[in-house]
Amino acid sequence: MKTNWFWILVFIGPALALLLIFLIIPIFASLFLCLTDFNVRAMVNWSNAKFVGFRNFIELFQDELFWKAVLNTFYCLAVAMPVTVCLALMNSVLLNREQTKLKTFFKTAFFLPFITNTVAIAVVWAWILNPHYGVLNWLLGIFGIEGPNWLGDPKWAMPSIIMLVVWKAVGYNTILFLAGLQNIPDFLYEAAELDGASSWQKFWYITLPLLKPTTVFVTTMMIIGYLQLFEEPYMLTQGGPLNATLSIVLYLYRQGFKFFNLGYASSIAVVLFLMIASLTILRLKLGGQD
Amino acid sequence: MRKTSVFNQIVVHTILLISSACMIVPFVWMVSTSLKYPDEIFVFPPRWIPRNPTLENYTELFKSMNFGRPFLNTIIVAGCITFFSILISSMAGYAFAKFRFKGRNRLFFMVLATLMVPGQMTLIPVFLLMRYLGLLNTYTGLIAPGIASSFNIFFMRQFIYTIPNDLIEAARIDGAKEGYIFFKIILPLSKPAITTIAIFTFTGSWNSFLWPLIIAQDERMYTLPVAVSVLAGQYVENIAIQMAGSCVVITPILVFFLFAQRHFIKGISLTGLKG
Repeated sequence: MKTNWFWILVFIGPALALLLIFLIIPIFASLFLCLTDFNVRAMVNWSNAKFVGFRNFIELFQDELFWKAVLNTFYCLAVAMPVTVCLALMNSVLLNREQTKLKTFFKTAFFLPFITNTVAIAVVWAWILNPHYGVLNWLLGIFGIEGPNWLGDPKWAMPSIIMLVVWKAVGYNTILFLAGLQNIPDFLYEAAELDGASSWQKFWYITLPLLKPTTVFVTTMMIIGYLQLFEEPYMLTQGGPLNATLSIVLYLYRQGFKFFNLGYASSIAVVLFLMIASLTILRLKLGGQD
Repeated sequence: MRKTSVFNQIVVHTILLISSACMIVPFVWMVSTSLKYPDEIFVFPPRWIPRNPTLENYTELFKSMNFGRPFLNTIIVAGCITFFSILISSMAGYAFAKFRFKGRNRLFFMVLATLMVPGQMTLIPVFLLMRYLGLLNTYTGLIAPGIASSFNIFFMRQFIYTIPNDLIEAARIDGAKEGYIFFKIILPLSKPAITTIAIFTFTGSWNSFLWPLIIAQDERMYTLPVAVSVLAGQYVENIAIQMAGSCVVITPILVFFLFAQRHFIKGISLTGLKG
């Protein structure tokens, strides 16, 4: 049945208006802003902003700090993604065994970090990682290991951030893998057992290939999420020491909302979007090959 | 049940216990430190249960740091975003699923396309718009951008699509108006989807940080995450009060989660596997 336009407007109108104002128009405004030199002076009067073409991008690609931020962010992605996948996969396989006890307890425990506020728990982690009073170094000390100055040492700062990132993400991905595992029919494993397959063979030749849709989804979400790294370095290190933990979004925030170089910050946003979009497409293409 | 060796069971459960301990210990440490007097905080090995527990850190937090205000702000902001987002998304979802009109698919595709754009793309223009409209440091400024969620529209549309058309047609024949159909038939039948969205939208807005950080520069408009980040900067050396602050931010969602756990986990599997 055709619906009359009055009702269509009533039902879709509010949502569409909000999407236009807060998403669609701003996206295009961003594409325009990144071509201007919108800065503090323009904050006072918008007419002070001038159109500068691609100058922001040219400057950006010569900006050492920006490259540092890109490098740091990809370092986080490159380490955190495989580690999260491995840990989540391991946990979910162990939880999926019939004989495993206390499943509800483990699931709840794994899930807690995911729903926890990043800013608040980062404050806790900052103290756990404290070189003198931290629980982590005390624990390492028991085993006779002298823990590093986690957040103060440029070498260890990013690994510390990654630790928090992974800690937060493992539970969520465990639940996703668990849902994927439960979709694998039992008879495949039974057939493999009759053929004398070992547990390892079953995992390698049945579980992993059949989990592929979940793996593709999980890694795609990680690419999108990890490239937007912000709260962890903002709270733990403010990007330091020596910019070792400066991430792309943290740099965007600094340029945009500390120095009010909003045109320049917009160009960072556009580059970030292009990175996320191209990596996501690449991942989905690779995932869909067979 | 398949057979398994005792050795296997021990290994599996040890691994799971260690993993879950890693997940839980930071919370335990947070709670126990927030209940300690300064002299007990730096005692090693850490005392997981304080010998002399105190609520002083919390009273100071609410008295001299005025933590009540950000707490109230966060409830108002997260509550309003959740309520309006559900209302507006389910209305749009219903129209996209059940109305037939020209350009519907193109319009829906446009909504989906915005899903791929990261929040940072819209951050600066929306900030400038809010500043232009004089909405910095207002509830409207904190709430309005959070309501527009293309994911919620998409999710509601997918769910409402599975509601049989016969139900709607039958009501129409009986003379029901669209408003009646929506509130009396569609909404009650969409309860599972609404629960999922409510949980994720509320948790998401409770935890949201970057937007409130930018829009709320006045102390009175801080939300909890912003207040905690400021606290960490001001009381650098006072661990106990920082832990009390974190506790106040984390606990409500944690309790909410423990009660609605089933829905949380079902929601994750539901929304996750859509992709």
